[in-house]
Amino acid sequence: MVEKVIVKGKARGKILKSKIPINFLGAVDKKTGIIRDNKHDLFQKSIKDTILVFPYGVGSSVGAYTIYSLKSNNSAPHAMICQKADLTVASGCALANIPLVIVTQKEYNSIKNGEEISLDTESKTL
Amino acid sequence: MELTKEEESALKGEEGEVLELAYRILVATGEAINADRLVPIHWAHLSGVNYNTIGDAGEEFLSKLSKDAKVQVKTTVNPMGFDIDTVSDYKLDDDFIKKQQSISDSYKKIGAIPSFSCIPYEIFDLPQKNTQVSFAESNAAIYANSIAQLKTNKESAFSALASALTGKSPYSDLRKEESDIPNLTIQMKVKNSNELTYGLLGYFAGKIAGSSVRISGANNLDKRSCKALCGGMGTSGQCGKFVLDDNYNQSEKIDFDNKEMQNIYDELNTTDSGDLVVFGSPQLGLDEISDLSLMLKGRSFKKRCMIFCPRTIQQQAFDLGYTNTLKRAGCEMLFDCCTCLTPLIDKDDVDGVITNSIKGAYYLKNSNDVKVNLKPLSQIIDDETKW
Repeated sequence: MVEKVIVKGKARGKILKSKIPINFLGAVDKKTGIIRDNKHDLFQKSIKDTILVFPYGVGSSVGAYTIYSLKSNNSAPHAMICQKADLTVASGCALANIPLVIVTQKEYNSIKNGEEISLDTESKTL
Repeated sequence: MELTKEEESALKGEEGEVLELAYRILVATGEAINADRLVPIHWAHLSGVNYNTIGDAGEEFLSKLSKDAKVQVKTTVNPMGFDIDTVSDYKLDDDFIKKQQSISDSYKKIGAIPSFSCIPYEIFDLPQKNTQVSFAESNAAIYANSIAQLKTNKESAFSALASALTGKSPYSDLRKEESDIPNLTIQMKVKNSNELTYGLLGYFAGKIAGSSVRISGANNLDKRSCKALCGGMGTSGQCGKFVLDDNYNQSEKIDFDNKEMQNIYDELNTTDSGDLVVFGSPQLGLDEISDLSLMLKGRSFKKRCMIFCPRTIQQQAFDLGYTNTLKRAGCEMLFDCCTCLTPLIDKDDVDGVITNSIKGAYYLKNSNDVKVNLKPLSQIIDDETKW
């Protein structure tokens, strides 16, 4: 179940799921969408065109620009699903028009890496 | 979130594209932080100024925005990528300089004060207690809530920009007078602490705390340690406030001891030597420059040393003789920019950076791919300077 819709929209794509919060500034290459923090569990993976599932955003406030840049460079995820909302990811997705939802703990746990899913914030379904 | 009629109509685009955009951001962030309404704010501090961080997409966005947008409240800005007076000493390409100038012009055009500093709390007069502000720079937001007795969300670059353009911000728990009592206490157990220890403590706390945290056993912090704590905390997490308080019966407790400190140190310290010493992130204010010049009297660095400061202290530092002392000691003083995501430190030119800044270390490692050796200021002076 979608608990809360932060940015509206519809999306389809393959789940890329992380166990670790993301500091978009620093950890993500804004041109390619590749995770470059070698301490991160998505290290060297690309978030481009995925449904990115991660606990929440951390760190620099400029991470919002990274999300906007990813979108401008066609390297953004199609949507993001988080466990907890945060300002940086919310405002970045709002400006870039990337659908963003918060899901219940149960739903979050059940989401599997690599699954193909569609998200519709209107009907609040995955 | 409840909006007033005026806010609703602005969100629908009836007041133009700029305000539609600003309210779209405020509504999303309001939802994200469970705010029930927007409240007026009196000062916005923006991040997203350095071309190195916001790139072409950011530069183009701001250039377009600045055609119509105007700030509604006092607005200050974070550091940019270089110091225009010395940029020719560093090998920075013309395109970078041009794009950075464009970003700087855009901010001036919308009415922001070109402060280019990540320590607005130190270089501007502080408004009275409990004033609502919107600070995007993470160390500044944490400092504002925890030390300066102001109220801010831990804003993002866009939420603070939206606040500047509307004079409003979501009313979250961090903004409320007596709420947001931390439910976690971190007990500082490390003895003989210094600013590096406090930076590590901040990084540790940021990782595990929610929106606020209580820290016990850490009273009487000097400004350097305080800024290090704010900088470290802002780098690793979402936490927007700490309370220094030894009375904590009702909360979960976690110790920050030598073992925990070593774990964080090992995560951020990636070499045991370096060929460049760097101070700043957060930038050094006049007090720290004064301390540093006292420590460096008669001494000089054996290696290159860069010091990052706000422009506002340039004249005072010169008049008080600090600039002269620091130059004699071999330091390069840079204004308007900072260690954090600087394009002036290139991995091809540097084997390793020696610094006392946790925030600097994190970004040098992750964004500049530069190895970092972390040491407290006193040890840097002992190891890296000579009489």
